[in-house]
Amino acid sequence: MSCCCNDNNAKVEEIIKKYINKPGSIISILQEVQEIYNYLPKDVLNTIAEKTKIKPAKIYGVATFYKQFRLNPIGKYLILLCQGTACHVNGSKKIESTILDDLKIKDGETTEDGLFTLNNVACLGCCSLSPVMMINDETYGNLTPEAVTEILKELKSQ
Amino acid sequence: MKIVVGLGSCGIAAGAQKVYDEIKNQLEARGANNQLEPVGCVGMCYLEPIIEFIDEDGKKYTYTKVTSDKVADILSGILDGQPLEDNIIESAETNKLSKQKRIALKNCGVINPENIHEYMEHNGYEAIKKCVQEMTQEEVIGEIKISNIRGRGGAGFPTWFKWNVAMNNKNDQKYIVCNADEGDPGAFMDRSILEGDPHAIIEGMMIAGYAIGAQEGVVYVRAEYPLAIVRLQKAIDQARELKLLGSNVFDSNFRFDLKIKAGAGAFVCGEETALIASIEGERGMPRIKPPFPAEKGLWQKPTNINNVETLANIPWIINNGGKAFADIGMANSQGTKVFALTGKIKDGGLVEVPMGTSLREVIYEIGGGIRDNKECKAVQLGGPSGGCVPKDLLDTLVDYEAITKTGAIMGSGGMVVMDDTTCMVDMAKFFLDFTCKESCGKCIHCRLGTKRMLEILTRITEGDGQPGDIELLEDLGNGIKEGSLCGLGQTAPNPVLSTIKYFREEYEKHIIDKTCPAKQCKALLTYTILQDKCIKCGKCLRNCSVEAITKDDNKVFTIHKDKCIQCGVCFDVCPVEAVLVN
Repeated sequence: MSCCCNDNNAKVEEIIKKYINKPGSIISILQEVQEIYNYLPKDVLNTIAEKTKIKPAKIYGVATFYKQFRLNPIGKYLILLCQGTACHVNGSKKIESTILDDLKIKDGETTEDGLFTLNNVACLGCCSLSPVMMINDETYGNLTPEAVTEILKELKSQ
Repeated sequence: MKIVVGLGSCGIAAGAQKVYDEIKNQLEARGANNQLEPVGCVGMCYLEPIIEFIDEDGKKYTYTKVTSDKVADILSGILDGQPLEDNIIESAETNKLSKQKRIALKNCGVINPENIHEYMEHNGYEAIKKCVQEMTQEEVIGEIKISNIRGRGGAGFPTWFKWNVAMNNKNDQKYIVCNADEGDPGAFMDRSILEGDPHAIIEGMMIAGYAIGAQEGVVYVRAEYPLAIVRLQKAIDQARELKLLGSNVFDSNFRFDLKIKAGAGAFVCGEETALIASIEGERGMPRIKPPFPAEKGLWQKPTNINNVETLANIPWIINNGGKAFADIGMANSQGTKVFALTGKIKDGGLVEVPMGTSLREVIYEIGGGIRDNKECKAVQLGGPSGGCVPKDLLDTLVDYEAITKTGAIMGSGGMVVMDDTTCMVDMAKFFLDFTCKESCGKCIHCRLGTKRMLEILTRITEGDGQPGDIELLEDLGNGIKEGSLCGLGQTAPNPVLSTIKYFREEYEKHIIDKTCPAKQCKALLTYTILQDKCIKCGKCLRNCSVEAITKDDNKVFTIHKDKCIQCGVCFDVCPVEAVLVN
């Protein structure tokens, strides 16, 4: 795995170099680094602190403030379940129970087989299709418990 | 014959990309060279995916709820001169568009947002040209003052005033910031404008920049809007290529450029000082005002921050005159407002109406009324900062002051419609759950106060409400409003206070009678089998996960309250509706 780590290290270096002279770029750096690893490994945060001369405590403070940043790895499929007002009124709680029944995971948890992670999110902005969820880059709207079970089954079989 | 397909995020979520790809395939297979373009969301989300055929005379054939398997027939019908009747839009639907007055949304669903030339064919960049070639900074601000446009992000502050203060603060470096951190759950007006007409934002920012003397702009877009970011970046690149952005805009001394800064998931960053902190790479924690951003904003320089919808109106105001804008709407609420109509509404989506339209008109004449022809119980305006307007007040006009009088706020435009299956106590708890999680933590009133309010509301919805809870919520709510630094804390109690104001009885039923009239709060529901309806199929017993249902020797099925966890599965599976919930 060392060649992959070296590749990733090089990518992180490149990202930092891109932003080194742009003040206020820590969020952009963390966003691009998270694209590489799918989360923010602690040692990488320390590397960023070293190279940018921003204190580790400050970087950790920013990483833990914003919901987009994850300090733990996620599953192959990230389920973003919308809990916005329209989705709530149109039954997002039932969808959440279905996911709990089918995958045995709650908000913030990953299935044991590492396939699915569930994150409740505040609003995806697709309110006319409520209830809505996004799995990786795909948006699924007009959800019913049955439809959700089908979608999860399909992804499991892939 | 030009063909356009609605490709906003919700259109794509409804399957429009597949439809677009299929049309492309079919055209290639036919060897046809018809122009095929993506357009933004026209706002009729309940009809997505939508495709439109436009002939040389401008006649349109609009097809709705199109799926990729229907494309071949629809395309053949049109190209062979015999348009299909199936899926064609009904005139009642197009009439709804005519009830609207589209200024901010004028290009959405009409032009290809990824083609700057289409924007320019619709008076694009004419307004900034007029400003830099014919108007002084004071004259531009003067026109905005005549329009009296007020901030569309929710605060409703007069836009000209902010521009004027920023203009008068002398500094070599100033900034224009566009607040595209549309965090209100249930609101997607700004997303649609960014996806459907990004150049309107660029031009609006350029005009603001010219007016205040700024040469740099930042658009802060929430991370949850990836398509908006892509389309806006494309628009910026195209504007730079045509030298509309950069030095010597339209051969003047004015130079302007802008960049995008993505948010990272924090509702509080919609507050202007928290937004500035976030651009500066800090935790998004609001700062005390004064000094106001117009004096000391981004990097301590004079900064003007405007909402997406506000900026989208600016080019129209310059092109048509402030008076033309002020002539629409009401005395102190001029122009139009875009609403995201969602919830229990039949025809949900985006609508833009003149100020002064009644809520009833928006919900019934444009929104088609309530699903299943039920009665409207209330409508939530302003998201987590707002309040609910009960059905008796639906004749309230869309007007900043009129809505504030009801206890709600205009807000950014989220309008969530509710019926009798919505529990108002549960809605209050829902909003508090949101604001409590999103509190940045700086002010103890907000940080702890919202948590305590949430605890009380949770107790009430779980059957553990106590006499005095309502008064405690009111007391806490007022305290949090007074003790919070920013708009998040100052408005977090609003949904609770407004539901107590109009639905106090519903709270009392939860606390004293331990019942939930809307049948939503599971802990307060009792499930009983109606013996005269029961057909003894046993489905309820087989599906009960806690063995709370038993069958006696006479095949009488009973639900045991002490074991029942009120999951509702027996109610869902019963084929004859023999399970009573109350």
